[in-house]
Amino acid sequence: MKWRPPSERERGVSVPVAGTFEQLITPHLDAAYNLARWLMQDATTAEDVVHDAVLRALTYFGSYKGSDPRAWFLRIVRNVAYGVLAARRRFGTISLDDAGQTPDGEPIAMEIADPADDPEVTLCRSEGFVRLDHALAALPAELRECLVLHELEEFSYKEVAHMTGVPIGTVMSRLWRARQVLMRSQDEEGTVR
Amino acid sequence: MNMDCVEMRLLVQANVDGELPAASAARVEAHLEGCPECAALQAQLISFSARMRQEVTCYSAPEHLRAAVRARLAAMAPTPEEGPETANDNMPNDRYVSWWRRLPRPRLGPAAPFGAGFALAACLALVFVLPHTGSLPDAVVSDHIRALEPGHLMDVVSTDQHAVKPWFDGRLDFAPPVKDFKAQGFPLVGGRLDYLDDKKVAALIYQRRQHLIDLYVWPDGGHLDHGPTEGSRSGYNFRHWSQDGMAFWAVSDLAPDQLAEFVALLRDGASSP
Ligand SMILES: [Zn+2]
Repeated sequence: MKWRPPSERERGVSVPVAGTFEQLITPHLDAAYNLARWLMQDATTAEDVVHDAVLRALTYFGSYKGSDPRAWFLRIVRNVAYGVLAARRRFGTISLDDAGQTPDGEPIAMEIADPADDPEVTLCRSEGFVRLDHALAALPAELRECLVLHELEEFSYKEVAHMTGVPIGTVMSRLWRARQVLMRSQDEEGTVR
Repeated sequence: MNMDCVEMRLLVQANVDGELPAASAARVEAHLEGCPECAALQAQLISFSARMRQEVTCYSAPEHLRAAVRARLAAMAPTPEEGPETANDNMPNDRYVSWWRRLPRPRLGPAAPFGAGFALAACLALVFVLPHTGSLPDAVVSDHIRALEPGHLMDVVSTDQHAVKPWFDGRLDFAPPVKDFKAQGFPLVGGRLDYLDDKKVAALIYQRRQHLIDLYVWPDGGHLDHGPTEGSRSGYNFRHWSQDGMAFWAVSDLAPDQLAEFVALLRDGASSP
C-alpha cells in the first residue's frame, strides 16, 4: 500500500496573526472545550476550565506574540486543566515514589479515568464508537491529551511538543503507546471492522 | 521482526502522520517494499487513524458556554473587572467551582461586540510588563507547569511539616526551611526534589483553595538578602527573594496579591524557626 502524506493538512505552518481577542481566540472555543472535555472527563468541569482559560487568556493576551492563536489558547486550556487535576489529586495520596515508570522514564499516570458516559454519546453512537471513546477515556491523561491534540485537533508533533512542554521524541513515543493501547483494546473487544 | 523494524516503528508512524521530510519518507518506503511486517503496521496505523477521526467524539462548546464567554467579553470591555482569584474568595473548598458560576447573572442581551481597541487596551492594562531578568523565571515557571502534570506532582505527600522536613535530609546537602501556614489558609501539602539552574533544589508545595503554589528553595551562595521581585510568565505569577543565604521562588496561578500575602508570611516566619 502506498501512503500519501496528508498534504491537505498542512502542518507546522504558523503565520503570524494580528487581531482582537474576539477575532483570534473565540473561534477556538470548540477546540478548547473538546480538549478540556477529554482531559477533565466531565462536562461541567470542562466548561469551568474553558471559562477560566478564557479569563487567563484575556489577562495575558498582551503577551500573545502572534503565533498560532489556537495553539496559544489550547496551551492555556491544558495548563488550567492540569492545575485542576493536580489540585484534585492532592486529595488522594499518589506520590511519585508509588507511581510506576515507563521505560523512557515517564511516570505512568495512576488515575483511572471514568468513561465518557454521556447520554448524548450513547444515543447517537453505535457500540463500536462508544467503545473507542471509552478506550480513549481510559488512557492516562498525558497519552489521551497527545492523541486528542494530534488526531482530533490535527496539531503537528512540533506543536504538540511545544504545547505540552515535552521533547518531540516524547510526543512520538506517547502517540505510539496510546495507539498501541487503543488498537489492542479494539482487538479485544472484537470490534475491528 | 528484526531490530531494524523495532527502530523503524516510530518512523513508520511519523510517515503515516505526515511528519517525515521527503528523504526520510523515501527511506521508510524503501524498507516497506521489502518488509511485510512494517507494511502491515503502516496499514494498521492508517486505518486506525482514520477510525479515530471518524468515530471519536469531538465535543462542541455548549451554547450557554459561548453565551457566558460573550457576556464576559462584553462585561470586560468598559472596565476591567477583578481577576478570578479575587472573585474566588468565597468559594467552597471541596469542589472546583469556576468564577463565572458565582458571577451575577450576565446580561445576555444583544451580544455586545468586543470593542476592539478599547478592550484590548483594557486587557493590556492587566498584564505585567516586566524587565526580562534572564531565563531563570522561565525555567521556574515551566518547572511549575510540568509539576502539575499527572504523576509529577509530589515526592512526599504530607500535610505535616515534621514529616516533610526530614524527608529532605540526605536528599539535599542543605536544609530548606519547612513551614506550614494552614492557619493562615496556605496549608503545606507536600514536597519534591527538582533541578533548576543545574542545581538540586527543594520544592515545597502549598495549597490555597484549588490553587497550588510551588516554593523553590536553594542556597544562593550568600548573596545579600533582597526583597521580593515579582513577575509573570505564561499566565503564572512568581515572586523571588533571598533571605538567610537561600534563594526563594514562589510560583502559582494565584492572583499576585494573594501570592504576595503568602510570601509575606514566609518572610516573617523564615528567620524565626
Ligand atoms: Zn520492517
